[in-house]
Amino acid sequence: MSALAGVSSRRRSTDQVMRGLLLAGTLIALVPLILVIYYLLKKGLGAWSWDFFTTDPTGNFLGDQGGVKSAILGTIEMVLLASIIAIPLGWGVGLYLVEYGRGSRFAAVVRYFVDVMTGVPSIVFGLFIYIVVVLNGWGGSSFAGWKGSLALGLLMLPVVTRSAEVVLLLVPDGLREAALALGTPRWRVTMKVVLPTALPGLITGSLLAVARAAGETAPLLFTATIVQSTTFNLNDRMNSLPVQIYTDIGSPNDQLVARAWGSALALVALILITTLVARLASRRSRL
Amino acid sequence: MATTTPEVGRGDRSILERSAAARRADPLFRAVLTALAGLILALIAFFLIFLINKASPAFSHQGFFSFLFTNDWNPSKEIFGAWPLVVGTIICSAVALIIGVPIAVATALYVTELAPRRVRGPLVILVELLAAVPSVVYGLWGVFVLIPKLKPAEQWFADTFSFLPLVGGHVAGPNYFIAGLILAIMILPIVSAISREVMTTVPPDLKEAALALWATRWEMIRMAVLPYSRAGITGAAMLGLGRAIGETIAVTLVIGNSPTIGKQIFDQGYTLAAVIANEFGEAANDKLHSGALIAAGLVLFVLTLFVNALARGLVRRAENKGTKIKTVGGAV
Amino acid sequence: MTDENHLGTMDDQRPPATGSDPAAAPVGAPRAPLPDREAPTAPAHDGAAAAVLGKQTAPGIAVTDLNAHYGAQHAIRSVSLDYAPNRVTAMIGPSGSGKSTVLRCLNRMHEEIPGAVATGKVMLDSDDIYGPSVDVVAVRRAIGMVFQKPNPFPTMSIFDNVAAGLKLNGIRGVDLKERVEQSLRGASLWEEVKDRLQEPGIGLSGGQQQRLCIARTIAVEPQVILMDEPCSALDPIATLKIEELIADLKQRFTIVIVTHNMQQAARVADTTAFFLSGELIEHAPTDQVFTNPGDSRTEEYVTGKFG
Repeated sequence: MSALAGVSSRRRSTDQVMRGLLLAGTLIALVPLILVIYYLLKKGLGAWSWDFFTTDPTGNFLGDQGGVKSAILGTIEMVLLASIIAIPLGWGVGLYLVEYGRGSRFAAVVRYFVDVMTGVPSIVFGLFIYIVVVLNGWGGSSFAGWKGSLALGLLMLPVVTRSAEVVLLLVPDGLREAALALGTPRWRVTMKVVLPTALPGLITGSLLAVARAAGETAPLLFTATIVQSTTFNLNDRMNSLPVQIYTDIGSPNDQLVARAWGSALALVALILITTLVARLASRRSRL
Repeated sequence: MATTTPEVGRGDRSILERSAAARRADPLFRAVLTALAGLILALIAFFLIFLINKASPAFSHQGFFSFLFTNDWNPSKEIFGAWPLVVGTIICSAVALIIGVPIAVATALYVTELAPRRVRGPLVILVELLAAVPSVVYGLWGVFVLIPKLKPAEQWFADTFSFLPLVGGHVAGPNYFIAGLILAIMILPIVSAISREVMTTVPPDLKEAALALWATRWEMIRMAVLPYSRAGITGAAMLGLGRAIGETIAVTLVIGNSPTIGKQIFDQGYTLAAVIANEFGEAANDKLHSGALIAAGLVLFVLTLFVNALARGLVRRAENKGTKIKTVGGAV
Repeated sequence: MTDENHLGTMDDQRPPATGSDPAAAPVGAPRAPLPDREAPTAPAHDGAAAAVLGKQTAPGIAVTDLNAHYGAQHAIRSVSLDYAPNRVTAMIGPSGSGKSTVLRCLNRMHEEIPGAVATGKVMLDSDDIYGPSVDVVAVRRAIGMVFQKPNPFPTMSIFDNVAAGLKLNGIRGVDLKERVEQSLRGASLWEEVKDRLQEPGIGLSGGQQQRLCIARTIAVEPQVILMDEPCSALDPIATLKIEELIADLKQRFTIVIVTHNMQQAARVADTTAFFLSGELIEHAPTDQVFTNPGDSRTEEYVTGKFG
């Protein structure tokens, strides 16, 4: 009987209490999520309308405030350009780190600084581009969409690089060896065997970085700033959803606040869709 | 004699050679990739140089230590003492850590040790969803939902516990506490994810040994999982700290942007990141003012660099403890 | 039973796998003495195959004073041995004896490891593969390798896997379909996959994948095939198929096989080399190594006293 005697009731109750606390903690963590989603839907859906998506902000003091078309298009344009800059660069650095840099001191330093870059606050990237490109007047001293893209691209670069490195490391070395043993030069092994095998994972990592960049406000504040009209000229100031929301929040006009909720819902929806596509892409991975 | 190697395109060369053009491709490819990697280093160096350069007017005007430690941020009088900003940053981050880390760790523990198998996946996804909400949306929610809804509770707390230091007095709408609370929510996903990763590297035999000694589940966690994961969890918390320090938009919307050090936790305040976002518009043409803001950015940059470097060192060491470092035939 | 001149199997229809009759497998029956190097074996294939496949004899490899290092660690010490043409040479020895390292020095894969170096003379025919003007990539087209774990390219179909060596290197002027079929036949895989060439290579069983890798290797028409424990990840039936295949392949190629399975060496190899701690201890006809070894260390290993 004594061998099977249980744990003392005090220990047992401690166990129950602590388990309860851990569960409670987890539930508490989910509360903000639920609340945010609830209010987003409650206040945001009401702002959605045909006009919301198809008209530009009017900037009127009174009366019709317009929609956020320029903001949505601007975000898409700038994030697209940022991706064109950051993704090839990130994949390239990832390829270097995995295919040529294993064990090299230089690669270790690069990897370390890429890590470091992931922790840099986004506003510092905006500041940097502002100083280098806006103040110095490269490409005209004004604010421009492409300058915003530069800042977003800088933000995406370390994220894309790190995820690319992780995925490329998952490609089994046996594949590289098999290709090398067939008398394939290294560069072809990388481009024709390693890259295609890692592609789904690379795409996932890149799309997640895109989702992150789409939501950033700070880097755009002093690079692309804000403008009302839709423009496809990246050389001009360009609107974006985050900056539009930021601007509308501070307004005393209730319509604008309502519009901000609608924009916020649209932005979160955009991000969630991108994230979903990213996760689906990784399902096709054979790693 | 002979061979069956394809004759195509070999010309007179021995089978063991290739054309000069073909042999050039490999070194070229490698050089391009190496250059890209070097570009990263160049970018960072560039960063620092430009930031320091543009910040120097402020430093020379104010003096470096005076910039950091003077408790007076007054652009109109051309006084740029960033101390209130630094203190504000510290207070918000502290609140974020105090609230966020225990909850994140609790979540991580629950998911790895206690949750039924089928619930784990969905739980993880839900916590990750917190990270999908952009900063400006948290700010929006904070301004129009959190601040008005919490104000009565905050006031009650301030009145009831006014004997505590840093508590008591009139509760401002936007204040340090709300900013810290939102930061806690924002750092939850990353602290939880990394803690979870570290906890899954706890060797199963360690846990089984504890359970074999009749330990209850909680005792097993306390004896085996937590001590083993301690370094990793600390690293995760520091990563959260780094994130909290640098967070701009959500904070500037809910902290009140008042360039003084508040007297209590429910007072308005300011942070390094918030001041940059807020004042850049008006400072654009003022070399001194913008220099001061860039200086604040520089301080922010260095601070986050330092915290993140420390954090990553801790996390890497913790992760390498449990798992073998992947080697490729002798190379690291 | 396969004898030295078992011909005509590569193009004729193979009877279905006879896993049921292991007694038929060639076990260490006394082998005919090695033919002279000068006397060419003239295979009596039908002319069409000969025309496509070219001459059937392959060169041997002559290794002189091979040394290999992993950084500061001296892994292979002054190894010299000859791999006879159109024969199977097995390399055996305990773990860490260096047999795999020697193998990888034969197609210069050893130097792909950062910090690894190899010196010495390795003559393929009249060319030293470690010569100054020699390109590593070309060496590997002449000396192919099959690995322990089958590694077909996961993003490619069966057809593309076999053709990979040709496509990856932009070799033109070869009828891919014909080459792929010949290679698959040569690897005894054609009948099993001829109707599903477009399916992914990784959909095959382990044994089939390994034969796919062999087909891939012979598609670039090397002169030598190196095999690094090719059957250790496979079940006995698949192993048997591959061993039968090896007996066929040596008609066209010189084969070097590393194995930790002494029975396998006894079954497939004409000569066997025993390694210990990075040194070549003994190299002799296989049955001599197993029944009457010259060195006491060889004897201790093959009788299981250590290993």
